[in-house]
This record gives sequence, structure tokens and C-alpha cells, in this order.
Amino acid sequence: MSATESATATETPAAPGTTPEFNTITINMGPQHPSTHGVLRLIIELDGEIVVSVRPVMGYLHTGMEKIMESKTFTKAITVTDRMDYMSPLGNNMAYVGAVERILGIDVPERARTLRIVLLELMRISSHLVWLGTHALDLGAMSVFLYCFREREKLLDVNDMVAGSRMTPSYFRVGGFYQDVPDTFVPHVRKFLDEFPKALAEYQNLLTKNRIWMQRTIGVGIMTGDQALALGCTGATLRGSGVNYDVRKAKPYLGYETYDFEIPLGKSGDVYDRYLVRIEEMKQSLRIVRQGLDRLKPGSVRSDYPYLFPAKREDVKRGMEELIYHFKIMSEGFRVPPGDAYYSIEAPKGELGFYVVADGGPKPYRVHVRPPSFIHLMSLEPMAVGRLMSDLVACIGSIDIVLGEVDR
Amino acid sequence: MGLEELVPDGILTTSVEKMVNWARRSSIWPATFGLACCAIEMMATTASRYDLARFGAEVFRASPRQSDLMIVAGRVSKKMAPILRRVYDQMPEPKWVISMGACASCGGEFNDYAIVQGVDTIVPVDVYVPGCPPRPEALIYGIMKLQEKIDRQRLKPVLPADEPAEGPGVA
Repeated sequence: MSATESATATETPAAPGTTPEFNTITINMGPQHPSTHGVLRLIIELDGEIVVSVRPVMGYLHTGMEKIMESKTFTKAITVTDRMDYMSPLGNNMAYVGAVERILGIDVPERARTLRIVLLELMRISSHLVWLGTHALDLGAMSVFLYCFREREKLLDVNDMVAGSRMTPSYFRVGGFYQDVPDTFVPHVRKFLDEFPKALAEYQNLLTKNRIWMQRTIGVGIMTGDQALALGCTGATLRGSGVNYDVRKAKPYLGYETYDFEIPLGKSGDVYDRYLVRIEEMKQSLRIVRQGLDRLKPGSVRSDYPYLFPAKREDVKRGMEELIYHFKIMSEGFRVPPGDAYYSIEAPKGELGFYVVADGGPKPYRVHVRPPSFIHLMSLEPMAVGRLMSDLVACIGSIDIVLGEVDR
Repeated sequence: MGLEELVPDGILTTSVEKMVNWARRSSIWPATFGLACCAIEMMATTASRYDLARFGAEVFRASPRQSDLMIVAGRVSKKMAPILRRVYDQMPEPKWVISMGACASCGGEFNDYAIVQGVDTIVPVDVYVPGCPPRPEALIYGIMKLQEKIDRQRLKPVLPADEPAEGPGVA
């Protein structure tokens, strides 16, 4: 390359592609591409094999979710949130119901709060397992994917157990849960807690000191802490660059401040550091789950706030009042007083926030989402520019985007 | 007991049609066309517990030119629809389409301005798999149904005279 020559010849550095020495080509990647984690489309300008610019094109999975939530009752809108970040559906449920609960000004019972934390942390592990599997698959390690999905199935069994659906449970309700967890829940999770550290050691055995893995990830996709903050990154993408920000510690919700866990931080902000941070996060999640299970005491999982939950099935069969109430709550839903609230949680991908506006009716007036994936997508360019084209795939994997959330 | 004992003479009699259909049904190569949530369940179907390889359909090809089955896994937005059709057109004959999940089959819960209300408005669909998302068992069942369909296919070339008259009102 003759970058210095052309710069001296014209005194000012010429833009790429304007001088004969520079011949950049523009190529299209996606939206149907195996390593774009869905339907991401990138327009990449290349100088030889070096990336000059990356422009993401979005909207290939645009679903109009925020708009469609306005036409559903507060309870029904929970099902839409499941399909945003489908790796951690319960995380989306939590951010949404948290916002509605904040407008209502209610607090959920102790048991519901503890169960929520247990389930959210299990979701975090499940999401990180998909990330690890696909990230490794993109960089050529097929077997990691198979091992990750082996453990993930056990977590999907938890969803299946509590809500009857593997991937889209919609288990959280405004004010707690519709039903308590079954008796098999705690033994199943305890068994998972015992088995998972071994599996985690297995993944690390396959990757952490693997020479190919290290060559493909160390020093690749470097983002400094200041850059990450300027781009609005959160989650492991930010913490990989060494910035200590975790919503669970900074703005605790559900009583996270009473749990004992650590926030892993990276040093150099490359792909390898983000990998290490997420692996460590899984270990910390295990700690939180263990503490949560120890604290779990019998009790109600529904808030006392009136008119949130349907009546008991037996009462509906016997009493007229209950039947009318059941019909009303199922068809019309409950009403939320006028107001607005923002609620953010530490989702597996980063800080996920829901802003909900209520106008006194049974449906949200407006819902706005702060999706971490969408914001992280912007960090792709500073990471990838000046690196090889093949490193771009490592960068995409390391920011852990999910297109359902980017496009919504 | 090996194959030799089953076929001591080394000769089997069958029709070309049956043999070709047997070969086609036993090694379906799907194109990776993951769109949304269903794509993750599609990956789970190929992964450890469900192991789609048992049905000969685990070789997901990144290029549509190497594949003969398109599993439309997820909601198809109006922006994605032309690309979906293009990928379908790039696949060589014979080719089949499985519409996986409620969104791909009929729009699902997203009846709005952005989502195509059923992928069968763009490409011909052979098997619809219901669910949101369908469990891996359901997808495997869908693939088995597709295999049954392939078994019944006729090998003779389709002449223009053999094609059924299209559209309403044609006698």
C-alpha cells in the first residue's frame, strides 16, 4: 500500500478510492449469510483484504413490535416482548412488566422477586450459551456449538416446566406470576447447578487456551473504554473494555443489591476479553442462582394489587361475580392509571430498557424499547476498520447481537 | 448381519422412480434461512439432543445453490421478501419449502404493516409446521411429512399439456 506516497503527493490525504493507488471495492454481506446472526446486512468497503468502512443496513426483520404492543392489552403485550431478544425472553418480560409495575407503583412479593432473579440468571446463561456456540461456530469450532446446545436444552426444559413453552415462555406477569413454579423446578435447577461448572470447564478447555482461538481473537476488534462509552455500549461489550458498569450494581432492581456476586472486567477490550467476561458472567450467574434457591421460601407469587390476576378457576365455576370478573379481565384486561415509567435491567446483551406510557386505558399508549443490540451494532465500525475481513466475523460474534432486537 | 446377507445375489429390483425418490428423501440439504426465533429452534433441531442427522437432513448449506430445501424459519418482513424469493430462485430443482412457525405460515401474532402475512404469498410451500416457535419434534415431524411427499413424486417430465389449468373460471 502506498498511503504515505499519495498523502505527500497531494499534501492532503486523499480519500480512499479517489487515487489510482487506492482501489477499494465495496462488497455486500448478508442479509442471508450464515455468520451474520440472522438477517444483518453489511456493506463493506475493502482495500484488498483490509476493511475500510462497514455500514450496517437494518430493517430486514422489522416487525413493528412497539406499534403492535399499543393494540394489545398490558398482559397480551408481554407475548410480543418475548420475540424481541429471543435468546433471553424472560429478560424482555422483566423489563416490560417492571415498567408497568412502576407506573402502578406496586412491588411484587418476596418469593416472586427471588424466582424472577433465579430465572433471569438462568436466562443469562442460556443466552450466553447460544452466543458462545454461534461465535465459536463462526470462527470454525463446530463442536463447541454442539456442547453448548447440550447444556442449553436443560435450561429450555426449565422454561418448558414453568410455562409450557421452550423459547417463548411469557412467564412473567404484571404483579408477579400467574402460577407458581412446579415442585420439580428446584431439584431440576439444583441438578443443573451441579452439572454446569463441569460443562463450563469443558468449553474453556476447548477454547480458552486453544491456539487458533487465541490467534483469531486476541488483539482483534479492540475498543477502548472511552470509545465504548461514547457509543453507548453496555453489558459485556462495555465491560470487556474495562468499564465497570452493570445495571445490577449501578441501579439495582428486584433486590440484586442483596446478592453476592462480582462484575468481571476485561483489560484490552478485544474479542478475547469479551469472551472471557461472558464466561465469567456465567459463573457469577450460577452463584446468584444458588443464593436465590437458598432464599426461596413458600409464599404467594402474586401482588395484592387489585384486579391484576384472574380469579381462581374453582371460584369461576361456582360464583357469578367471579365469572363476570374472569370475563372482564380476560377480554378487556386491567387498567393502568395515566403515567409513564422507564425500567431497565441488565439483560444478557446489555442494558435493556422499556419506556411505557399509560393513558388510563387497558392498553399501553406507547412503548419504546432501548435495545442493547441495536446500540452495539454501531460499535462494529470502530472495531473492524483497519483489520482483515475475516476479523469482522469475530467482531460481529463478540458484540452478541440478535437481529430480532435490533430491528424489532 | 450386514447388507451382503440381506441381498445375497447383490441385485435388487426396483423402479427408477422409487430409487431416485429414496435418494432424494434420504439426504435433504436445507439452506440456512434463519430469520428469527424459529431459527434458534432450527439450530436446536440440528444440535445435540434432537440431532436432525438421523433423518439425513443435517447438512445446512450456506449457499442456496447447493441446497434443495428451504426452511423459512421466522417472520418475513416486507423488506426481506424479495431476498427470500431470490434465494428460492437460486436453488436448483427439485426444491421444497417448509414454512416453519406461525409467522412464516400466516403472519402469526404480527398482523401489521411490516410482516408478510404468510410466506406462501411469495414461494410455494410444501409443509407448514405450526408453533411459535415449533418444538424441534414438530420440525422433525414436518421433515418426515416432506419425506413422505417426496416419496410420492412422479419422475416423468412435466409436459405443458399435463399441467393443471390455473386460476378460477378455467374449465
